[in-house]
Amino acid sequence: MTGFWTQAAEMARKDLRTEVRTGEVFLITIPFGAVALMLIPLAVGTDTPLLRNIGPGMFWVVVLLFGVLVATRQSGVEGTPQQDLLSLLGIDPAAQFTGRAGATTLLLLAFELVLGPVALALYDPQPKGWPWIALLVPLVAAGLGLLGTLAATIASSIASSALVPLLVAPLSVPILLAATQTMDGLRYGNTILGWILLLVTMDLLLAVAGVLSARPLQEASR
Amino acid sequence: MIDPLLYLRAVGVRLGDTPILRGVDLRVGAGEVVGLVGANGSGKTTLLRVAATLLVPTSGEGEVLGAGLTDEARYAIRSRIGLIGHTPALYQNLTLEENTRFVAQLMGAEPGSVGAALDQVGLAGARHRRAIQCSHGMQRRAEFARLLISNPDLVLLDEAHAGLDRHAADLVAFILQGVRSRGGGAMLVSHEHNRMAPLVDRVVELRNGAVGHWEAE
Repeated sequence: MTGFWTQAAEMARKDLRTEVRTGEVFLITIPFGAVALMLIPLAVGTDTPLLRNIGPGMFWVVVLLFGVLVATRQSGVEGTPQQDLLSLLGIDPAAQFTGRAGATTLLLLAFELVLGPVALALYDPQPKGWPWIALLVPLVAAGLGLLGTLAATIASSIASSALVPLLVAPLSVPILLAATQTMDGLRYGNTILGWILLLVTMDLLLAVAGVLSARPLQEASR
Repeated sequence: MIDPLLYLRAVGVRLGDTPILRGVDLRVGAGEVVGLVGANGSGKTTLLRVAATLLVPTSGEGEVLGAGLTDEARYAIRSRIGLIGHTPALYQNLTLEENTRFVAQLMGAEPGSVGAALDQVGLAGARHRRAIQCSHGMQRRAEFARLLISNPDLVLLDEAHAGLDRHAADLVAFILQGVRSRGGGAMLVSHEHNRMAPLVDRVVELRNGAVGHWEAE
């Protein structure tokens, strides 16, 4: 039997390898996200100051909405036979959660890094405080990754994947709020520490909730 | 090895108002292979899932490899149970080799065991094919490779012979022989009684979720 982190790493590697094969995130979700970002300037017109104002917010909204798709893709990978297999391999459900959340976080991070330049080109938001942004981006990816994985696990336990967006949308409000307010704070020179702390707290709470609830949720799914 | 490996006493399972299993008594001893027969919907798959500790019964009691069906200890013995259900538990976008390696790495098995197991089940030439590109029979073979790597003490095979050619059916016999020789046990569901009969020590029939009155010894 292997240790917790080996199990989590194997789970993440398996999820990422599946993504490389199917290209669901890179070939479907990311292009759709880019189109969504493009539609807003088309609707608003060439009002550059307005676009500059709404740009960061639009970026995070697109990350949130399409991030749900990234998070839910895993519920299609793990059917009942695969879940049974993981249980019978003796893999700690918390390690399964950690691995899945890790893979989803990496995919969301890639999603943000590809769409970021698109948003810069379309909205010209002239962001400031790049070191803080470099911290913000992975924190948001981790928050959405953890939240999406937790929601997918809950949905799996009650056999309804349609519930995932309904669970993710309200719970992601603090993450979205912290991300947009941090960008605004950087732009207007306001303090952002509170918002960063909110993000860190959310990430920690979601990680603890996911790890502690992994076993009961897995058993309830049968 | 604990003996019996599995015993169930008056086990019942209900899904909502529907009884799936009713008062099932069953025992699988060390070195024993039990055949399980019954019509569609008679509860065979549910019984295998109870035996695999994946489903907690709503009534009755029992032990699997020394762990109670509702005890937390059942989590620890799960890795000693090998279940092959009628739907292959493979990741369809991974190759057969990647699927097998995934299991081997999680079980802490030797890296070389993957190639050897795939070779043994006749999949050496198809190891780089994704599961989705393989027939049901090939996917079953890949699952047999998993059992060869994990060497479980209790093997549970659902629809063991479904979709298998003669060579693959020989693998079922080989796996059962292996588990017997190391003092383990097995439960085997099959609708092909001719193929099953030589492999099992006795046959239990399920009728509408209950063990039938005749139990062929």
